[in-house]
Amino acid sequence: MSTLAVLPVILPLAAGAASVLLWKSLRVQRVVGVAATLALVIVSLLLFREVNREGIIVVHMGSWPSPIGISFVVDLFGSIMVVLAAITGAATAIYSVRGIDKRRQSFLYFPLLHILLMGVCGAFLTGDIFNLYVWFEVLLMSSFVLLALGNERDQLEGAIKYVTINLMSSALFLTAIGILYGTFGTLDMADLSRKIAATQNTGIVTTLSMLFLIAFGIKAAIFPLFFWLPASYHTPPFAVSAIFAGLLTKVGVYAIIRVFTLLFPIDPGFTRPLMLFLAAMTMLTGVLGAASQMEFRRVLSFHIISQIGYMLLGLALATPLALAGSVFYIMHHIIVKANLFFIAGLAERIRGTSDLKAIGPVSVYARSPLVAILFFIPAMSLAGIPPLSGFFAKLVLVRAGLEIGEWAIIAVALVVSILTLYSMTKIWAEAFWKGPARREDEAESDNKDAVPPSMLLPVATLAAITVAVGLFAGPIFDIASRAAAQLLDKEGYVRAVLGDEAMQEEESP
Amino acid sequence: MNSIILQTATRFLMPLILVFSVVILLQGHNKPGGGFIGGLLAAAAFSLHALAFNPAETRASLRFDLRSIIAIGLLIALSAGLPALLTGQPLFTGLWHDVVVPGIGVVHLGTPLLFDLGVYFVVIGISVLMVLTLVED
Repeated sequence: MSTLAVLPVILPLAAGAASVLLWKSLRVQRVVGVAATLALVIVSLLLFREVNREGIIVVHMGSWPSPIGISFVVDLFGSIMVVLAAITGAATAIYSVRGIDKRRQSFLYFPLLHILLMGVCGAFLTGDIFNLYVWFEVLLMSSFVLLALGNERDQLEGAIKYVTINLMSSALFLTAIGILYGTFGTLDMADLSRKIAATQNTGIVTTLSMLFLIAFGIKAAIFPLFFWLPASYHTPPFAVSAIFAGLLTKVGVYAIIRVFTLLFPIDPGFTRPLMLFLAAMTMLTGVLGAASQMEFRRVLSFHIISQIGYMLLGLALATPLALAGSVFYIMHHIIVKANLFFIAGLAERIRGTSDLKAIGPVSVYARSPLVAILFFIPAMSLAGIPPLSGFFAKLVLVRAGLEIGEWAIIAVALVVSILTLYSMTKIWAEAFWKGPARREDEAESDNKDAVPPSMLLPVATLAAITVAVGLFAGPIFDIASRAAAQLLDKEGYVRAVLGDEAMQEEESP
Repeated sequence: MNSIILQTATRFLMPLILVFSVVILLQGHNKPGGGFIGGLLAAAAFSLHALAFNPAETRASLRFDLRSIIAIGLLIALSAGLPALLTGQPLFTGLWHDVVVPGIGVVHLGTPLLFDLGVYFVVIGISVLMVLTLVED
């Protein structure tokens, strides 16, 4: 049981180290890359099953008990995130075999991918706030290299913005941890949770919560800290964009949700209005930014931002239903968003450009109807068309908002949803539909054999998962709502980590 | 740089520094030292070699590719955590064993030493790689 909880970190590390050792053979690296990420999917599903059955799993690293040592604490939300990370990782590894050029692969692309996954999984599993910082650094380091790998002019320009802003965020995060440790004398999140709840000094608690909100807000790309994202995400190869788009900002969202349920529960007087405002602005600026763009990946990048707003919305409302909506939204979003970036890559390979206006004259549909249909599914899901996953995700959030009478934010969410549909139809119309369906003379830039099966497979699988999430929305929503209930049950978390004695100690000081 | 003084000095200093780095590595668990500083010291020895002679010779003298050294270090460090898993304890639980070495006496050996050894190699690999890359340009 304890082995299962650490495997999502050990496996990518072992695979990464082995791939560095085998740096001479790209073929072996590819095989290890695909095999290890598929194994990670299996491990993560087993871990999820275990957590689902047994409740929160706690592993005290090196047998040092909390709060002295570092613990891995795996609850439902964490294990769901690990499953999503593993699926995205496996899809990226398979897509990269043909999707990443040999030169990049020979500069240790696959090892970096493994280390990135290790960082992401570690962040989802750890129960120690400083350890969370360390995992953030691990994933950021490899993301810096992945972003700049290839040394193209655009890439370096994007990477500079990305690195600078993320280092600032890390510095803020570290500062906040320092103050937290100075005030409460512990870094274990369970221990912090009860100490913060017991403290009289609300001033410092509010200050800390805002520091964390800014630090994680930069990483999650919420308003007004999002500008680095559309400046960098369209520059690296498509496979790298896809895994960044699917996972990295969601690690920020995960951290915000974790911190604002366990350490600083949403305060209806102060944090809720603030977060609702941020959520509304994030949704609006994101979707308006997307409406003004004409480049495939830039449109998608701005949509990441607007979607982050929805996840924040669920957290801000802080009812069990709303939080379940957030969890459901993240599940839906990671799969759909990574897939859309993959498809942008396919479209670019078919037509030789990802500028929507330039694709126009000969539609992707005319070249490859299959790719067009595979785009249609996640795009409509993103816009929230039933019966796809996005519809249910939005439905839950809207219902949660109506229940507690936050009319304004719901109105914003619905308007943003319509604008999302507008953007997706724009891409569909410009890139996939426009122009004659058949054309006798082939356009010169076209490449009929551009889409190998190994790149279609992950795209088709992710699209199938999107459809499945929509079809089995009931059971999946059930899981999401239990994850949300667990998130709101602070005492359960503390008891699982520190044991029953800690709770009694607290009651009779 | 082509200085006969530096080259001669390096021939004497390099073995000394390398032996000292191992001493630092071994005393690390209970006294100041450990894999990280030990590794840095060893990396300093190789950097000195690269300055005194030339980077190509340093690469040759290492025998192994630097990337492989990093990877082996990572695997050693990881393997230090695994014995605990086999005995059903949480990852990285320190397991100790007393070994009688003829001539020295009882040596207290444990998995944390293995971890330090892994760190030692990773630090050597990465530091020397950085230094050589800078010197070669």
